[in-house]
Amino acid sequence: MIWNESKECMSRDQLEELQSKRLVKTVNRVYHNVEYYRKKMQELGLEPGDIKDIHDIEKLPFTTYEDLKITYPFGLSAVPTSELIRVHASSGTTGKPKIGVYTRRDIEIWSEAVARCLAMAGITRDDIIQVGYGYGLFTGGLGAHYGAEYLGAMVIPMSTGNTKKLIDMMIDCKATAIACTPSYLLHVAEDIEKYDVLDKIHLRTAICGAEPWTDEMRDQMEKRLNIKAYDIYGLTEICGPGVACDCEYHKGLHIWEDHFYPEIINPTTMKQEAEGVTGEMVITNLTKEGMPLLRYRTRDLTSLQYGKCECGRTMARIQRFKGRTDDMLIIRGVNVFPSQVEAALLTIDGTTPHYMLVVDRVDNKDTLEVQVEVAEKVFTDEVSGLEKLSEEIHQKLKGAIGLNAKVRLVEPNGLEHFDGKSKHVIDKRKLYE
Amino acid sequence: MFVEQLSVFLENKAGRLDEVLSVISNSGINIVSISLADTADFGVLRMLCSDPFKAHALLKDTGITSKVNEVIVVSIPQAVGSLKAVVKRLNEEGLNIQYVYGLSLNDDGASIALKTDDLQKTIEILQNENVRLYNQEEISKL
Repeated sequence: MIWNESKECMSRDQLEELQSKRLVKTVNRVYHNVEYYRKKMQELGLEPGDIKDIHDIEKLPFTTYEDLKITYPFGLSAVPTSELIRVHASSGTTGKPKIGVYTRRDIEIWSEAVARCLAMAGITRDDIIQVGYGYGLFTGGLGAHYGAEYLGAMVIPMSTGNTKKLIDMMIDCKATAIACTPSYLLHVAEDIEKYDVLDKIHLRTAICGAEPWTDEMRDQMEKRLNIKAYDIYGLTEICGPGVACDCEYHKGLHIWEDHFYPEIINPTTMKQEAEGVTGEMVITNLTKEGMPLLRYRTRDLTSLQYGKCECGRTMARIQRFKGRTDDMLIIRGVNVFPSQVEAALLTIDGTTPHYMLVVDRVDNKDTLEVQVEVAEKVFTDEVSGLEKLSEEIHQKLKGAIGLNAKVRLVEPNGLEHFDGKSKHVIDKRKLYE
Repeated sequence: MFVEQLSVFLENKAGRLDEVLSVISNSGINIVSISLADTADFGVLRMLCSDPFKAHALLKDTGITSKVNEVIVVSIPQAVGSLKAVVKRLNEEGLNIQYVYGLSLNDDGASIALKTDDLQKTIEILQNENVRLYNQEEISKL
């Protein structure tokens, strides 16, 4: 089902006209209300009047995570605090999180964006949907929740952490849809098989996101649970999940271009790339009031495909993600930067921050092992002392990255060093094929 | 009356023990005893040898984490209940035994290496017992 046909199926001409109008308005608003952007534009000799239509977007400055750090928390807000009704955040490289602030209208637009995605996945007001994303600062839980309510479906706000209860509720309430990370859904599938209750569930649809996944994982979950699975994409800085989603033809993720304007740039030359060429995706908020970002560098590597889809939608499709231009890892839907681990290790007296993150997917669940070299300074002849050290590292990491990592103490120089994106990470999951 | 024990951090993987022993033996240091405390991921190798400080330096050069710490080496008469009597004494004095392992010193008794939470006090107690205490010099001469 197409939730908002007048927008989702717009002709390119009409869409560009709408995008142009909205971009001009947004640029005017940030120029006059956000000192940081005004200065950035002035440095480039730009005035709002220079931006006349969507093709002028290339003149605008980029926004990076560094900008978010400098302006943390509300420096990029374009409205008075009295207009803001919510804050969400996801982890940043060190210390400060990446934050997003929302006006009432922002929440409404975001909810509609999610509703469009759910409708694209065939979910209607007759559905009962379990939200298995974490509720809280993370945009996943509340984002999916508000979108499903906006659509008119009944929401079971499960959050995360209790798979048994999720399955019980799935059976008892006859849930027909679920929103969660793809790896978690596979874990749920395993437990459903383990409890031998596959014949008791009514699940039809899964809408999965917050981490990259493969067609192979889709095949697996569709076969094992006898459902249809869809990929939803988003990021806190832009709004949260619901920026894009794939339709039943699975030819890429339709991005809601009337709200989120996508560009693909060459991360070296910073110039726009043509349709189909892989580069870094850059997104501009065209309608956000609270914290509209201009040309936000997502660090996600992908390409765009234009042209009408078989489903009838004209919104551009984000192609398969090819990786990232930074060292961010997504583990069980949580953003993790190696630098966060390093910072946590530095707070432990005596540990030299020689470490390696080993990420794997075992039985469809992401695992994180943090290997830490045992230097002479922390070594003790007593096993209990080393176990205490290991536990201390475990706790510090949990505080820093919010994940339970397995800590493995290793010999100095025992860590594998290789020429990759980062010598601090071994990712065995093969998420980007 | 202490003996200097060399403790070495080892990952549980093939060939590690061999490497450590090679480094030590190749330099002519005599290993008197060896004991390994292991967990799922790592082990702590404890050994008594003729020159623990030299062994420590050699291992350091090889990039292997180790340290030298004091333990007590004591020979207890070969008789039923003699070890128990020693342990009981230490227990009565509120001493906590952190680890203990057996070793062969070619004397008439049963020898053990012992680490407690208060080595000095342990020595004082053992000196009044019917046991023989070894020092590093004696170990080095073996």
